[in-house]
Amino acid sequence: MKRWIWTALLALVAALAVLVVVGCNEEEEEATGTPLARAAATQTTQATAAATQPPAATAAATQVERGPKDIILATTTSTQDTGLLDELVPIFEDESGYNVKVIAVGSGQALAMGERGDADVLLVHAPSSEVALVDSGAAINRQLVMHNDFIIVGSENDPAGIKGMTSAVDALVVIYDKGARFVSRGDDSGTHKAELALWKKAGLDPAGQSWYEQSGQGMGATLTIANQTGAYTLADRGTYLAQKENLELAVLVEGDPVLFNIYHVMQVNPDKFDLVNGPGGAAFVEFMVSEATQAIIKDFGVDKFGQPLFIPDAGKDEAQLTP
Amino acid sequence: MDLIWDGLGEAIRIIRSGDFSVWEIAVRSIFVSGTATAISLFLGILIGSLIAFNQFPGRNLAFSLVNTGMGLPPVVVGLIVAIMLWRSGPLGEFRLIYTPTAMVIAQTVIAAPIVTGFTAAALRNLHPKLRSQLYGLGASRLQMLWLVLWEAKLPLLAAVMAGFGGAISEIGASQMVGGNLAGDTRVMTTAIMLEVSRGEFAPAIALSVILLVLIFVVNLILTTVQQQERRS
Repeated sequence: MKRWIWTALLALVAALAVLVVVGCNEEEEEATGTPLARAAATQTTQATAAATQPPAATAAATQVERGPKDIILATTTSTQDTGLLDELVPIFEDESGYNVKVIAVGSGQALAMGERGDADVLLVHAPSSEVALVDSGAAINRQLVMHNDFIIVGSENDPAGIKGMTSAVDALVVIYDKGARFVSRGDDSGTHKAELALWKKAGLDPAGQSWYEQSGQGMGATLTIANQTGAYTLADRGTYLAQKENLELAVLVEGDPVLFNIYHVMQVNPDKFDLVNGPGGAAFVEFMVSEATQAIIKDFGVDKFGQPLFIPDAGKDEAQLTP
Repeated sequence: MDLIWDGLGEAIRIIRSGDFSVWEIAVRSIFVSGTATAISLFLGILIGSLIAFNQFPGRNLAFSLVNTGMGLPPVVVGLIVAIMLWRSGPLGEFRLIYTPTAMVIAQTVIAAPIVTGFTAAALRNLHPKLRSQLYGLGASRLQMLWLVLWEAKLPLLAAVMAGFGGAISEIGASQMVGGNLAGDTRVMTTAIMLEVSRGEFAPAIALSVILLVLIFVVNLILTTVQQQERRS
């Protein structure tokens, strides 16, 4: 009996060991991209150093193009929480052969990853910070993708009485005066930045007020907190619609032009960071603004929510968009 | 209350239907945490026997360090490993961030001190004359280590259980260095967190039930072995 059990355990360990070996082989296969990429990177630097030798430069360029198959996409939580990327990314992977690693964080963190060269491509919604990143030279090829709008949501009984107000800023003033509970994202995301901009427009600073709380989490989690505590919050319409069935929150303020929520895609500058996958990033930007993708965005969510979650905007002039 | 029943119903439905993505996530959890535990066991026996069998200045300090390591907050480990593995970090060019390998590294950092601590304590508690007796009987160093470990195999199994439990139940490090990528680095804990953040509580409860059953089964196997051994 005893021997039997030890044999079984040994077999289990052996099986695990085999799995580890297999796993390691896979990892090694992945890792083979590394020396090549490194060689390519050194060649690029050499090539730029000796720009007088065009053949070397072209050789390096072709090697970079055959470089790594992985792309890191840093994006906001709303594109993941709504399920949009679950639909788009597999299509892109099939078409292009790249493997996309979607890192869904707040737009603030996504932009920080771009700034350090820790991602290849960004899909975010914080226009003023994006422009700053492009100006700094860390991001290039910034393109308009789509928009939806922010809404102020809260419990049905609406303690501050903001339902139906047409000005988001006025609504925030009322919430401030009444001291009604409000949950902020507090995570430097695009939505958080938009909310802070609204408070600024209202000339108020809610920080430190007892009724003003910061969740520090994504949009989905923050909506759950607002739902549980009967608080108000600023949400993007896409995430709200995607989770509506789990929430008892109603849309109280909408339609104000200041509540406009615009998404851009951009590449992290491969000339500035050696490890950034330039061709992969460019391919993803191109994919997001392509006609086929824009058509998918246009219909995304219609079957489930009766209305689209995002409105495609590729090729349009940002200044001419209306909610 | 409804939510709990919905969740349990969903759990049963998923287990019955053999939903591939859920099983894939469960298998990945066991694989990543199992690998981390196996590496930790190796490191743990190495370091644990070194500090348990040798008298050297600072031995107490070494024990304290290991014991501190047993309580390392996973999210701190995750941050440190992520900083090392990010492209902008010192090991960035190996492109390990957001891979299962990165998760194994982080979980090993979490589990190794736990296994080391248990191993060192177990070896220290063996009868002090055992080793001199074994040497007296003409055992080589390697034979001695093997026999001593064999003698301490029950507490070593406890070390494996504790290390595996610490690795499979952590989320902070897996989320940060793995990125919770579907079909690549999504494990049970990060999948549960994602469902919660999406407001989908029923699948989150279902996954939690499956995770608990998983940990239970692994511990049941190990405990059975341990008890059989004790009885005989």
